[in-house]
Amino acid sequence: MPQAGTIDIKNLNKQYDVKGKALKVLDNISLSIKPGEFISIVGSSGCGKSTLLRLLIGLESGYEGEILLDGQRIQGTSLDRGIVFQEHRLFPWLTVEQNVGLGLLNAPGTQAAKDKSVQEHISLVGLKGFEKAYPYQLSGGMSQRVAIARALVNRPEVLLLDEPFGALDALTRTRLQQELQRIWQAEGITAVLVTHDVEEAVYLGDRVVVMQPRPGRIQRIVDVPLARPRDRVAADFVAIKDDVLSEFSHEINHATVAERLERANALAA
Amino acid sequence: MSDKQTFDWRGLVLPVAFVALWYALTSLHLVNTKLIVPPAGVLITGWKELADLNFYLGVALSLWRDLSGFAIGALAGVAVGTLIGVSRLADKLIGPTFHTARQISLFAWLPLLSALLGTGDGAKVIFIAFSAFYPVVLGTLEGVRGVTAGHAEVARVYGFNRAQVLFKLVLPAASPQILSGVRLGLIYAWLATIGAEFLLVNDGQGLGNIVFKGRNAFNVELIVFGLLAIGLVGNVFNRIATRAEAHLLRWRPPAP
Repeated sequence: MPQAGTIDIKNLNKQYDVKGKALKVLDNISLSIKPGEFISIVGSSGCGKSTLLRLLIGLESGYEGEILLDGQRIQGTSLDRGIVFQEHRLFPWLTVEQNVGLGLLNAPGTQAAKDKSVQEHISLVGLKGFEKAYPYQLSGGMSQRVAIARALVNRPEVLLLDEPFGALDALTRTRLQQELQRIWQAEGITAVLVTHDVEEAVYLGDRVVVMQPRPGRIQRIVDVPLARPRDRVAADFVAIKDDVLSEFSHEINHATVAERLERANALAA
Repeated sequence: MSDKQTFDWRGLVLPVAFVALWYALTSLHLVNTKLIVPPAGVLITGWKELADLNFYLGVALSLWRDLSGFAIGALAGVAVGTLIGVSRLADKLIGPTFHTARQISLFAWLPLLSALLGTGDGAKVIFIAFSAFYPVVLGTLEGVRGVTAGHAEVARVYGFNRAQVLFKLVLPAASPQILSGVRLGLIYAWLATIGAEFLLVNDGQGLGNIVFKGRNAFNVELIVFGLLAIGLVGNVFNRIATRAEAHLLRWRPPAP
């Protein structure tokens, strides 16, 4: 089992310069993520959630505040932190096993150990038998699984996921959410998922961080103390989902559980 | 998979029809048979040539010049194309000169080349290298510029060093366009080989020289045979190149 990382984000601020004016993207974000925890970050477009993830993976910098992994400031990208993007971004000229092997290109260890890890992770994501296939031969869901295997193969401490299932159809999305759930439990690492899908966030996360846009701020953090695997239609699941959705009530008209109970009681009376 | 090994006979229709027409015209004396010689004459001359060891030496020499020139031109082309494509600075420095020089017809370089290097193999190989160089640079440039930002970020995430970025990302990603340029370079190189043997004559050896000799001796049969041989070699190159390209680009989805 890879070691799970602890993430500490303290007073994170980031702004972009757009035509001479400063555009604040992230405003005083503070968040502590425990090792092995699964955090879902939900928010509508423009709330800075992807920027936050890109800062965590080290693809962007130029921020104020602190981002710590196991107490150390992060510096650029590193094999400690893996990421799955919305597009699979596989190299089309490489087979599935070669693509997964990319994750270990600059990792220490013998070739034999690396090959073993590649095969294990291909099995983990349920693609045994497809090792020699090229990406053009795979479906969207399968390609994304390869991307997940690639992100996990070097056993990072943290797995970051930036709307990983956004480009897939609804059925595949639901299946892959279950798969990710299983994979994360098997690997036991810390995970941070960014999504605009509230149900996905509640299904997968131990906690759901709700972000509001312009500038990006943490609006609220909702706990999801439900056992896994979770039942999307169970009353407790729906209640939490509604709770999170109510944070967007200024954007969507959605009756909260409380309001529904009121109406039901009024009808019954 | 469209990997059929069966020969497509339709490719032979035009040549066969042409030869049939040629034969008819000459045997019915509808043309001046001193200029448009009968096919039989070409066959006889050809047979004589093929029995002569010098013919094979000539072909080997042409091939050697072609492949050396092509190799130099193609490698230089990939190097320069990658440099201009990857480095803004190199693009600003080398780009304008390259694009201007490209407009100059290759044959215009010959007087300068022969003045500097004479008419020996060196001059020929440089000329051939030049002709392969340009299309390979252009193909490489296009391919290198097409590397997506998404893939570049993946390379950053996995800590690729400069060499890895070049050899494991940029060049493979650009390979379809590079190979396209290389294919073109191969064709131009062969054209330039024959051209060089025509225009930088010195030792009278090579496939191009056979045609040249034929012209000097007014031996039209020899000219035609020479042309056929040149065309055949080009055809063989093309087939080998197509096979190699299909293998190297086997990761691409098949054409619809």
